[in-house]
Amino acid sequence: MITPNLTESPSAAKRDAMSNGTPRIAVARSNGRGRHAGRAGMARMILVAASATLLAGCITVNAPSKPIVIELNIKIDQNVVYSLAGDAAKTIDENKGIF
Amino acid sequence: MAGKFGSKALMAAMAAGIAVAAFAGSAAAQGRDPAYAAARAAGQVGEKVDGYLGVVGGGSPDLKRIVEDINIRRRALYAERAEAQHATLETYAFTSGCRLIAQTEPGEKYQGPDGAWLTRGSGPAVRDSRCY
Repeated sequence: MITPNLTESPSAAKRDAMSNGTPRIAVARSNGRGRHAGRAGMARMILVAASATLLAGCITVNAPSKPIVIELNIKIDQNVVYSLAGDAAKTIDENKGIF
Repeated sequence: MAGKFGSKALMAAMAAGIAVAAFAGSAAAQGRDPAYAAARAAGQVGEKVDGYLGVVGGGSPDLKRIVEDINIRRRALYAERAEAQHATLETYAFTSGCRLIAQTEPGEKYQGPDGAWLTRGSGPAVRDSRCY
């Protein structure tokens, strides 16, 4: 069995812990809030974490400032035009109402 | 069966009926909306190089709606047929446009290769060099 060695006397530990009726938390407080910052701070942290999680799935869509120009010159392959000629003719003949 | 009208009159009536039906049938085979057909004949709409219908100059809201409706249906058809042929929609639409411009009637409007509206004459239409 290991005997615990207190730095100060046992009475000192008891005295400091119960100084004003509530247990003191011996944690370094750099900005006055610290890791466990009370119930309001905890709620705020949860809110920030939740909104960050929700917002992480958002995708920002910006419309292009210039109109989208489809360059017909680039996309048309004459060989493909030749091969599609027959099917296009058939499609037009079968759907005269819209052609 | 003919009764007091006589068989000759009945035959004549039947012939007239068939003639009317044939005329109506040919118009239905065209299938074009009468407003669209009228606008086409008047040169208010024209065939574009990209395979869609365009309004020539200013158009009434009704005309624009007709043209947009036709173009939406054309696009759906092009998409379906292009996928079946393993081609891009743009290429299929362009190929259809080549044929549609070639099939314009004299007096109808179509888009020349430089984008300007032309009126179809009795000769062949002026088409993009990539047309077949």
